[in-house]
Amino acid sequence: MKKSFAAAVVASFMAAGLAVPVAAETPPNMLVIANRIDDIKTFDPAESFEFAGADVSRNVYQKLVNFDPLDLDAGYQPQLAESWEISEDGKTITFTMAEGHVFSSGNPVTAKDAEFSLRRAVTLDKTPSFILTQFGFTPDNVEETIVATDDKTLVLTLDKPYALSFVLNCLTATIGGIVDMETAMANEVDGDKGSEWLRTNTAGSGPYKVVEWRPSESVLLDLNPNFGGEKPAMERVIVQHIQESATQRLQLERGDIDVARNLSPEDVAGLEDAEGVKIVDELRGRLMYWSANQKNEMLSDPKVLEALKLATDYEGMSGSFLKGQYTVHQAFLPRTFLGALDETPYSFDIEAAKAALAESAHPDCGAIKISVRDAQERLDIGQSLQNTWGQLGCDIELIVGTGAQTLDRYRAREHDIYLGAWGPDYPDPNTNAGTFAVNPDNSDEAGATGLLAWRNAWGIPEMTEKTLAAVVENDTDTRREMYLELQREHQKVSPFGIMFQQIEQNGMKESVENFVAGGATTAVSYWVITK
Amino acid sequence: MADTTHGEGRRASSFPPWLKKTLATLATVAATILGLLFVTFMIGRVMPIDPVLAVIGERATQAQYNQTFRDLGLDKPLLTQFWIYVTDVLRGDLGESIRTGQKVTTDIARVFPATLELATLGTLFGVVLGVPLGVIAAVRRGSWIDQLARFVGLIGYSMPIFWLGLVGLLIFYGILGWVAGPGRLGIFYQGIVEPITGMLLIDSALRGEWAVFRSAFSHIILPASLLGYYSLAYISRMTRSFMLEQLGSEYVITARVKGLSEWQVVWGHAFRNIRIQLITVIALAYANLLEGSVLTEIIFAWPGLGQYITTSLLANDMNSVLGGTIVIGTIFVAINIFSDLLYRFFDPRSK
Repeated sequence: MKKSFAAAVVASFMAAGLAVPVAAETPPNMLVIANRIDDIKTFDPAESFEFAGADVSRNVYQKLVNFDPLDLDAGYQPQLAESWEISEDGKTITFTMAEGHVFSSGNPVTAKDAEFSLRRAVTLDKTPSFILTQFGFTPDNVEETIVATDDKTLVLTLDKPYALSFVLNCLTATIGGIVDMETAMANEVDGDKGSEWLRTNTAGSGPYKVVEWRPSESVLLDLNPNFGGEKPAMERVIVQHIQESATQRLQLERGDIDVARNLSPEDVAGLEDAEGVKIVDELRGRLMYWSANQKNEMLSDPKVLEALKLATDYEGMSGSFLKGQYTVHQAFLPRTFLGALDETPYSFDIEAAKAALAESAHPDCGAIKISVRDAQERLDIGQSLQNTWGQLGCDIELIVGTGAQTLDRYRAREHDIYLGAWGPDYPDPNTNAGTFAVNPDNSDEAGATGLLAWRNAWGIPEMTEKTLAAVVENDTDTRREMYLELQREHQKVSPFGIMFQQIEQNGMKESVENFVAGGATTAVSYWVITK
Repeated sequence: MADTTHGEGRRASSFPPWLKKTLATLATVAATILGLLFVTFMIGRVMPIDPVLAVIGERATQAQYNQTFRDLGLDKPLLTQFWIYVTDVLRGDLGESIRTGQKVTTDIARVFPATLELATLGTLFGVVLGVPLGVIAAVRRGSWIDQLARFVGLIGYSMPIFWLGLVGLLIFYGILGWVAGPGRLGIFYQGIVEPITGMLLIDSALRGEWAVFRSAFSHIILPASLLGYYSLAYISRMTRSFMLEQLGSEYVITARVKGLSEWQVVWGHAFRNIRIQLITVIALAYANLLEGSVLTEIIFAWPGLGQYITTSLLANDMNSVLGGTIVIGTIFVAINIFSDLLYRFFDPRSK
């Protein structure tokens, strides 16, 4: 409250004509970014699973296949692997490594490095390891399933004939980053395969290398002197941790930074007329949704769920306090993903909602607790739901907690309604389908806390089968159709009220070109930026 | 058995008084910090936040969860966990931060000098301006300067620091461009000075890097003035009230009757008698700033102890919180001991 008041006062000062004169200039070959980077715990691709960490990783580590930042829609493209072949049974993929890629140490990139990196990610078994282990790789079998037959050839053997697009999409995730084996092993301590060292140092073949990291303060990247590709225009990138939007805005207006990545809607509006500054909108993969615990008898009534979906003011929210930051989206795959469904069958219609509720076993509604974390936008959404669901006669209580508290309750299946966000882990439709629409065993004992369907006690054996069938479908058009159909059914019957997809609004100097935050599928790419 | 006890008793009683006193102080310090750790540790363990999730994130599998649960020692009884932690601390190991992935000692060595530098400059500002302002306000009670002191105090007490910080940044950095923006140092000066104390002003001066010194000074002046302003408000108000009490005393009337100059009366007599109370006030103000001023640190992107502890607490990074607690506990105890010593120096009665 204090913060928003203060920000409003500063905004009003600015609006009153106290415009900030542009004073400084950053050097032409240096990019200075203000961002919230206090979530970085490690740079190790086998362990890194945070947003700011992914931004660094994408610019430091190359992958077998990767996205072209200037053509994200084209999907994965060859990078360290120049080509690949799939066996007739669909279980073996053979990659041929490309020439000319060199690590920042000067060592050439070989298939042995790829074998080392992928095996290492599986055996270390850190949180993101599921992205690889879902193909049947285990610490016990990696020596047979991930094999470099020579310096040019890497062979992956899967446990099932998965869709090739599924496997390759997963290899573009941070965990697919290829590490310099020689450097990592030279820094090995107690058989950790260089983990301790790789937490704070980097050994990649990407355009940049990390020169200095001060946690919650700054990350400094310099050019990888041995980078095999075209030399990037930005020879040095500095990312400063600046928590406050108002501070980021001031820095941008003063010319002390080139890009501000966490601007509030007020500051974005304030910058619209600022000289030499532009706002670039980019659709990201994060979804905002509410979900109803099916252990709650009233909330498991399909008609009650329909009423709640109809009594959610999608347009009202996205047109007011979420303006510019979220767009209405009602399916579990974010737009731009393969098979994403654009249809929005629900809009705010209180009469239709009342009619649906009247047909339910709970025409008077009842008490509903909404678990929400103490972040401004979520509190605003919670209050909107409290208001519109209240119009149905429901007695809504907001249970506000820290992110960790709210999440604990959610994972323990102790909520009524959970209001939260979900971002994709890797750029394949299964990343969301596999959690929103998979729950083979709904028992408490199953403890499938990673599945959103389980967290909401939504047992769906049939839908689970359909979702799992989509990951082994090799015809891309058929696979797309399968996801479209799944989402339509999900929209109709699920206890998930998916509401919005995130838009990232980055403020930057007019001269900055090609700043791509990564769309819905990947992270930022500094090497194509010019200014 | 009896002989041994008697022997120990005789040895104990032969300790010189200063040693006994020192040992007693050390025992009190140890007990205070241990108690503080115990309470913080228990609060951390009973908080309704799962420390395992803080480490592995919400996407981890149950097997990874169980492994981390065991790795963190959470399967052991609470008192055993506390005992393990304390023995580690005694070996100088404060554990690893789950938020930064680094040793807590490394983190604290990085963030504490930033806070120390800011708090020291802020307190200096508060004392140099606040004490004379309080004294003059008391001497000229009811005059415009007294009104000014009260106004300054009122603003200092009532304005949220977050608001003043943002407005300060807007005016002095954004519009006038007199000071540098957020952070401790300009981006072009980072990494030039090899740390000695970790305090940039001192390190750059010691190394003779005056361009770095200017940049650091330009960055610290606004947040330090802001914190100093809050200290000034508190110190001037307290000084005023202490002085008013003294100026109404009989010995001051006597001094005036004896024909002493106003300067001698005020500074030579009345002020001398408030020094001890002032030491306590200043020590408390300094200790409060050393705890870290979270909001100031956030606005000015100042990577200090307050922000470190708060962010860690919200992420349930208990090793970092406990490490920070030890530092703050030690500071409070050290400042108390120091002000005790000053008491003895300034107040003959306490000898």
